[in-house]
Amino acid sequence: MNQHGFTKESLRKKFRLSEYLSQRIITGVAFLSITIIVLIFFFVFKETIPVFQQPDKGSAIDSEELVQEQYGVFAESEEEDDRPEVYGMELDSALMGSRDYGADASTAEDERVTVSDLLGDQWYPVSSNPRYGLIPLFVGTIKITIISILFAAPIAILAALFSAAFAPTWMREWVKPAIELLAGFPSVVIGFFALMVMATVLQELFGYETRLNAFVGGIAMGLAAIPIIFTITEDALTAIPGTYKEASLALGATKWQTALFVTLPAATPGIFAAILLGIGRVFGETMIALMATGNAALISANPFESVRTLAATIGAEMAEVVFGDTHYGVLFLIGSLLFVFTFTLNALAEFYVKGRLMKRIQGKIS
Amino acid sequence: MKDTKIVTKKLSFYYGEKMALNSVSVEMPEKQVTAFIGPSGCGKSTFLRTLNRMNDLIPNVKIEGEVLIDDLNIYDKKVDVVNLRKKIGMVFQKSNPFAKSIFENIAYGPKINGISDKKMLEEIVVTSLQRTAIWDEVKDRMNHSALGLSGGQQQRLCIARTLAVNPEIILMDEPASALDPISTAKIEELIFELKKNFTIVIVTHNMQQAARVSDLTAFFYLGELIEFGKTRKIFTTPDKKQTEDYITGRFG
Repeated sequence: MNQHGFTKESLRKKFRLSEYLSQRIITGVAFLSITIIVLIFFFVFKETIPVFQQPDKGSAIDSEELVQEQYGVFAESEEEDDRPEVYGMELDSALMGSRDYGADASTAEDERVTVSDLLGDQWYPVSSNPRYGLIPLFVGTIKITIISILFAAPIAILAALFSAAFAPTWMREWVKPAIELLAGFPSVVIGFFALMVMATVLQELFGYETRLNAFVGGIAMGLAAIPIIFTITEDALTAIPGTYKEASLALGATKWQTALFVTLPAATPGIFAAILLGIGRVFGETMIALMATGNAALISANPFESVRTLAATIGAEMAEVVFGDTHYGVLFLIGSLLFVFTFTLNALAEFYVKGRLMKRIQGKIS
Repeated sequence: MKDTKIVTKKLSFYYGEKMALNSVSVEMPEKQVTAFIGPSGCGKSTFLRTLNRMNDLIPNVKIEGEVLIDDLNIYDKKVDVVNLRKKIGMVFQKSNPFAKSIFENIAYGPKINGISDKKMLEEIVVTSLQRTAIWDEVKDRMNHSALGLSGGQQQRLCIARTLAVNPEIILMDEPASALDPISTAKIEELIFELKKNFTIVIVTHNMQQAARVSDLTAFFYLGELIEFGKTRKIFTTPDKKQTEDYITGRFG
């Protein structure tokens, strides 16, 4: 059997069934998960599209033409059954259209919102004169994001610095998993805690009027963001070669100087990525926002007033909305926006920033 | 023979239970180059790092004996490690410039020592770079990343960075082992130049290098100092058989 030499027989290609199957199955599973994500993506965007099927400006003729087109598209979609409901909205939109545009009253024909409606400063989706201004929601989301990142980032970064640069090994092995465990904390629990405990304590401490507001919500969301920022910052800090640290210490720098002037700057891109991911977490956080922010869609710079975030709006209203109507579409639009934002943030963190960190360590950029 | 600068007395060193140095006693003279040679794992790097207490960073180590620099035991409880390291520069095996500009790399040491005057910093940076003969190569790109330099340039930059804090002793841990022959020659020239002002201790794998640059050579084997003496004597008429075997390439 074991002949010497290379023969055609001994080198004949073999079909290995288990190899073939396992490879195919693993490939299939990988593509399945990607497909699911893409499908969700498409679903969210598909539901958003009807909102924009009406031009926001232009002559009556233009609008009419486009209205036709819209019906055409509509007829193809599965939502045909819901058309009566959609027509029901016509009145409301007509009111709004005439209020906003006056002369452009012909757009009253459409039952869909315009871009300038969405840029309005009032969010009253269920009033008899519904207004779908997203600005208060954006203001609320941005306000709460700023508050929570201002709270979470310094704490998380300093904790990471401690863990990476100062903590003795045994403590590091203990601190890191403990903080990372927080990441798996159900946000509803944090929200509940914020609602029942933090809100009261903070109100007594600062003496503001509204019990549930952007400040309470921001701090609570910060709690959710800390583990993410901590973990990624810690990884970035420990990825800095020990030789940097040694070089600095050998020059007579203290541990603190080394951490602050050598390790931390070298890890900046990674820390930036950590903060971006933290922002992404806060941006999409629903449960805590729903429970702890008061959910009033106000435009105000005061951190002690209630806010309503984009994500919480979906969470609060989606269950009550009429399937296929304008409100429904706008909620999906918000979903799409959230999707786009978090996707952009994550992509930015993943590709751009991490690439920079590597280049910095390898010395390709200054 | 010049004045003695560094003395170790029965220095033993342990990583946990494992003994890495066994009762090493050496006297290293001022403004001379002392080379440590020996096969890998013989303790020469460990020994070098006891001289500026870099081993303090490693957990679970134990040290016995004394290291005297100018008759002061650097392991005395009252000695401040940070100030000690300012007086003892160190160059590592792998060049390790910071991810900063060339200027910032050199200026880092003086800055942490409290020098903030811009003119003074510039002067220190220029002098340090001139002393390591790299000034002409980098003077037009002081604000570029130091990591864009070649390996040899990076290593000379690291030496310049060490000089910028004005130490008295420079420890070099295989400073040329990752460099090509031309860069190595430049480093060796530099060592020759630097010994006019500094006491230099160098660990090297390369016996020719030890023979070329050093005044004294110590041969380590398995954590013990086998032989220590004038380089010329060690390389021509060593007292111990082991030394001869190693130098002639019979083992190691």
